[in-house]
Amino acid sequence: MTALATGTRPVTPMRSVRRVRTERKLFWLAKHSVAVALALAFVLPFAFIILTSMMSTEQAGTASLWPHSWHPGNFAKVFETAPMVSYLGNTLEYAVLATLFMLLSSVPAAYAMARIRFRGANLAFLAVLAAMTLPPQVTQVPIYLMWAKLNLTGSLWPLILPNLFGDAFSIFLLRQFLLTIPGEYGDAARVDGCSEWQVMTRVILPMAKPALAATGMFMFLLCWNDYYGPLLYTSENKAHWTLSYGLSQFRTLYQVQWNLVMAATLLVMVPVIVLFFFAQKAFVQGVTLTGVKG
Amino acid sequence: MTGRHGNQRLFTVALMTPATIGLLVFFVYPLIATFYFSFTRFDLLSSPQWVGLRNYRYFFTEDPVVWQALRNTLWLVVVMVPCRILFALGTAGIVTQIKRRAGLLRTLFYLPALAPPVAATVAFVFLFNPAVGPVNQVLGVLHLSQPGWFADSTWSKPALVLLGLWGIGDIMIIFLASLLDVPQDQYEAASLDGANGLQRFRYVTIPSIKPVLLFATITGVIETLQYFTQATVAAQVASGQANNGAGTATTLGFPNGSTLTFSQWLYQEGFTNFYLGYASAMSVLMFLIAIGFIVFLLRRSGSFRGAEA
Repeated sequence: MTALATGTRPVTPMRSVRRVRTERKLFWLAKHSVAVALALAFVLPFAFIILTSMMSTEQAGTASLWPHSWHPGNFAKVFETAPMVSYLGNTLEYAVLATLFMLLSSVPAAYAMARIRFRGANLAFLAVLAAMTLPPQVTQVPIYLMWAKLNLTGSLWPLILPNLFGDAFSIFLLRQFLLTIPGEYGDAARVDGCSEWQVMTRVILPMAKPALAATGMFMFLLCWNDYYGPLLYTSENKAHWTLSYGLSQFRTLYQVQWNLVMAATLLVMVPVIVLFFFAQKAFVQGVTLTGVKG
Repeated sequence: MTGRHGNQRLFTVALMTPATIGLLVFFVYPLIATFYFSFTRFDLLSSPQWVGLRNYRYFFTEDPVVWQALRNTLWLVVVMVPCRILFALGTAGIVTQIKRRAGLLRTLFYLPALAPPVAATVAFVFLFNPAVGPVNQVLGVLHLSQPGWFADSTWSKPALVLLGLWGIGDIMIIFLASLLDVPQDQYEAASLDGANGLQRFRYVTIPSIKPVLLFATITGVIETLQYFTQATVAAQVASGQANNGAGTATTLGFPNGSTLTFSQWLYQEGFTNFYLGYASAMSVLMFLIAIGFIVFLLRRSGSFRGAEA
C-alpha cells in the first residue's frame, strides 16, 4: 500500500475544495445516469412484451411499438387455443410434489450434516458437493434407463420421485444455514430434557424457517422453469406437458401471431414474479446464502 | 449413557438414510455406469455390447457435428461467463453507489433473472426479431446497422449473450452482498494512502470479494457447459418451426448450426437417436471437461487461498 502514496500531489487548499466539489457533482451525475440507463435496459423488455401482448394480430406483425387499439382478450384467447389449464396443472403437480418431497428428505440430511458429528460426514458432504456441481447430463443415460425399465418415462414421475431421496443443492443450502445457528441452543434444550428429535423439530428447525422457505422456493422455481426435464421425459406425451415446455411449442401453434405468443409468455412469467414480491426477503437471503460460503 | 449414544446413532442413521440412498442411486451408480456404457453400443431395446474405444474413436475422428457443438459451447464459456460476471459486478457496484431508491433498483435488476428461461428466450427472439422487433426499430431510428440476431449465424451467439446479461440478477445479488461486506475502513485507509478509485477497486475490493468471484466463475462455467434451454428454444422459435413431440431434431443449431451446443448434441444422439453408448462417451468427455475447468480455476485462485487459510 505504501507504494501508492507516491501518487498524491500537494494542492493549494482553496482550489482543491472547489475541485473536489465539482468532481463530486460530476461523479454523482455519472453514476445516476448509468443507473437510469441500466434500469431502462432491464425494464424495457418487459414493457415491450406487455405492449405487444395487447396488440391486434395484424399490428403485432408490423414494426410498431405502441398498440393502436388494446386487446386484453388476447389472454383469454391463449387459454382457448392452448391447453393452458392442463399445462398449469402438470406444472403445479411437478413443482409442489418435488418441493414437498425435497424438504422431507433434504432437511433431515442437512440437519445431520450440520449439527451432528458422525463418521462419514465429510464424505457425505463431498458427495453432495460433487453431485450439485457436476452437469446432470453426465449421469443422464443410466438414470433414463432406470426410469425406462420402470415404465415411467412419458410422465413427470422421473422428475418428482428422486426428490424423496434428497436434492444435493438443497442439502448444501440448508446445511450452510444450519451451521450458522449456535450450538448452545441445542445444548440448552438437551439440559431441559429434550430428546434429539425434539431438539431438531422444536428448537432448531423453527429457527431455520427463512432458510426452509428460501430452499423450498428455489426448488419450486427450478421445477416451474425446468425445460430439459419435461423435454426428456414427456415430449412425446402432450398430456403431461408443463407450462415451460408447452410455451416452447407455441410458435407453431400461432405461426406469426406475436401478440398471442407474448401474452402466453407473460402468463408463464407472472406467477413467478408475484411469488417473488410476496417473499422478497426470503429470496434475497437465499440467493446471498448460495454465494457466501462458496 | 450407552443407550443415549445408541439412540443418537440411530437418529443420525435415520436422518441420513434417504439422502444416502439418493446419492448412491442417482449419483454414484449412474456415474460409474456412464463410464462402463461409454465402452458399449446399445439402444433402449438391445443390451450393452462391449465395443472398446469405438465410441471415442468416432467422437474424435468421424462425428461430423460434434466439433462444431464443442466449439460453440467453448465460445459461450469463454465469452458469456466473463461478460456476465463483469456486468453483474458493475451492476452491483452501481447499486452500492446509489443512496436513494437502491432497493427499487436492486429489485429491477433482479427481476429478469426470475423469468423462466423458456419465457425469457421466446421474448428475446421477438424483441430481437430482425423485421418487427423493437430492438432493430430503435437501432433503425438511430441510423445504426440492424443485425439479423437469432436469424443470422454471426449474431445468434452474441444475442444469446445479451439474453444472459439480462438475467444477471442472482449473481448481482451475491456480488452486492459481498461488496457491502468489504470493511469500510480499508477503503478509508487506502484513500489516505492516496489510492484513487481504480486502485481501491484493485487492491481493496477485488481481494475481499475474490472467494465470491471464484464461486461465480465456477458455477458460471459449469452452467454454460450444459447450456441447453436457451439455445434450443431460440433456434426453435427463430426458425418458426417447433416440432411437436419430435424432440428438438429439425431446428437444432438454427441458423446453420451456430447455436448447436455440446449438451444439445448429447441429447440428440442419446435421446432422439438412442445411441446410448455414444451419448455415454460424450457424458464422460463432458465430465472430464468440467473437472478440467474446475481444477484450472482452483489452481489459478490458489495463491490467495493459501494466504487466507
